[in-house]
Amino acid sequence: MSAVDTPLDKVPRPRPAGPGRKPRRFGGAALPWTLLAPTIGVLLLVLGYPLVRLVTLSFKQYGQAELWQGLPGDWQGVANYTHVLGDPVFWGVVLRTLLFTLAAVLLTLVAGMGVALLMQRVSTWVKALINIVLVASWAMPVVVAITIFKWMFDSDYGVLNWLLSRLPGADFSGHNWFTDTKQGFLVITLMVVWGAIPFVAITLHAGLTQVPKELEEAARMDGAGPVKVFRHVTLPVLKPIIVMLTTLSVIWDMGVFPQVFLMRDGHPEPAYQVLTTYSYDQAFVANDYDAGAAIAVVTVLLLLGVMAVYMRQMLKIGEVE
Amino acid sequence: MLDTAPAERTPAAAPAARALRRPRRKGRTVYNLLGLLVVVVSGFPVYWMLNTAFKPAKDAIDPDPKFFPTSLSFQNFSDALDVGDFWGSVGRSLIVSGATVGLGLVIGLLAALAISRFVFRGRKAVIVAILAVQMVPLVAMIIPVFLLLNQIDQIDKLTGLIVTYLTFVLPFTVWTLRGFIVNIPKELEESAMVDGCTRMGAFFRIILPLLAPGLVATSIYALIQAWNEYLYAMLIMSQENQTATVWLGNFVTSRGTDYAPMMAGSTMMGVPVVVFFLIVQRRVAAGLTAGAVKG
Repeated sequence: MSAVDTPLDKVPRPRPAGPGRKPRRFGGAALPWTLLAPTIGVLLLVLGYPLVRLVTLSFKQYGQAELWQGLPGDWQGVANYTHVLGDPVFWGVVLRTLLFTLAAVLLTLVAGMGVALLMQRVSTWVKALINIVLVASWAMPVVVAITIFKWMFDSDYGVLNWLLSRLPGADFSGHNWFTDTKQGFLVITLMVVWGAIPFVAITLHAGLTQVPKELEEAARMDGAGPVKVFRHVTLPVLKPIIVMLTTLSVIWDMGVFPQVFLMRDGHPEPAYQVLTTYSYDQAFVANDYDAGAAIAVVTVLLLLGVMAVYMRQMLKIGEVE
Repeated sequence: MLDTAPAERTPAAAPAARALRRPRRKGRTVYNLLGLLVVVVSGFPVYWMLNTAFKPAKDAIDPDPKFFPTSLSFQNFSDALDVGDFWGSVGRSLIVSGATVGLGLVIGLLAALAISRFVFRGRKAVIVAILAVQMVPLVAMIIPVFLLLNQIDQIDKLTGLIVTYLTFVLPFTVWTLRGFIVNIPKELEESAMVDGCTRMGAFFRIILPLLAPGLVATSIYALIQAWNEYLYAMLIMSQENQTATVWLGNFVTSRGTDYAPMMAGSTMMGVPVVVFFLIVQRRVAAGLTAGAVKG
């Protein structure tokens, strides 16, 4: 009896192999599901249950009293949502989050593409240097990056104020970057983009090496300038990567938390709140867990479309394999 | 193509070719300068951290900062070690990340084998679920996770943090290991089994040794993710039981921020991560967009 037959014998209802399908070596569904069981169990416990809890919580009344006495909380329908969605402060937070995400994602992708194109054109030693610097800034833990940027932008001893003050006619000594929210978000965006460029640049650079040289050559022969070659040859080939990087960046940048939270020393002012910190504040500072949950649900809903695009792209690749 | 080919053969074409190449070389210089600008701008924050950390404490905070080190000092490092409980927090971080990654690897490897080596009904649904789960922003889950841990008395306990970290380490491990397993040819196992190996034997003698580099890379990457986590560590653990990322916040006091020792602390936190990351980056990080060009 060969190894091929054994599992089939044990399975009560062997599935007929469809026409054109390879004969199934490891027949039966019992074994794979057994292997999957621990993962599914753990994920249901640590992710599935909290996710259900998040949604139910957003339809309940749940504050400090319920938390301390271990009460389940009373249902109150969509009251949390009407309250949150009717609050102009919330819409201000949404707008701020979307603007920040848009700016950060755009900057990351444009700068990342620039660096990737540059890496193709520089000498080998410059390319090696760029690689080292990119990987080092990529690997820096976010909390470390935050402390570095806080130090560089410090109002009294920050190196940036010193540097800018060297410019003719500029005096930045003692300039506080966080008094004005616009400047504050500029610093936060710069930090996020600095940390995000390496992944984008290195991935795009790897993608650029896949663009067939003959295609670019042919376009050039036909009289296309560098801009046209990029627009009509390089970009279309890179499109799947760009879609992937854009969706990932949107998900990551909309989910920034420590970048805002720690930059403002754990107490972001109202003008600095983004969706994640706002939800956190509602729950753990104002002890309004139900409202925090409703805000978190809205955040996830806002992201769903972007997630769907990413998943579709990943599955397309999965089918090719 | 056709009109350049004959031109190359004529002697007159030689200077013309050189003329063509010259502006290119000039272009290379411009590109190199731009590249060096990228290196300086992008590398400056890390350089500035190291530069501040290794300065003598009295020079580190200077309204007229020096860009190049004149003397080397470890004063900031010994100052940083006196702040809070550095070794304790590092130890806790190592326990949590180690336990999370160990658990994730054992459980995740089984699941990765299931979705990469078996054809069964519902396989596609499982793959979609694993992908979808990776997309759930963890920040959105803090409230229910906190309430859940509070209910089962796991607040301020390392076990609670370990279970929480499985939410992101496990799906990542399954997905990355799947990528590594798919690249091991099925024929190798099949021929081992034809030669009399059992399924288990084939797994231990063929798949596992070939998978070893992938396992190492995946676990280091997951280890870094767990080590870097801030939000849950900050929320769940108390001041006395803080982990390394939260420890860095101790330099921020109501009187101001102690930047010089903080940069030394950042160096101790960040440099080991960078070193480990360098080892695995090429192998693992590509998985996020793996094969995008093909698709």
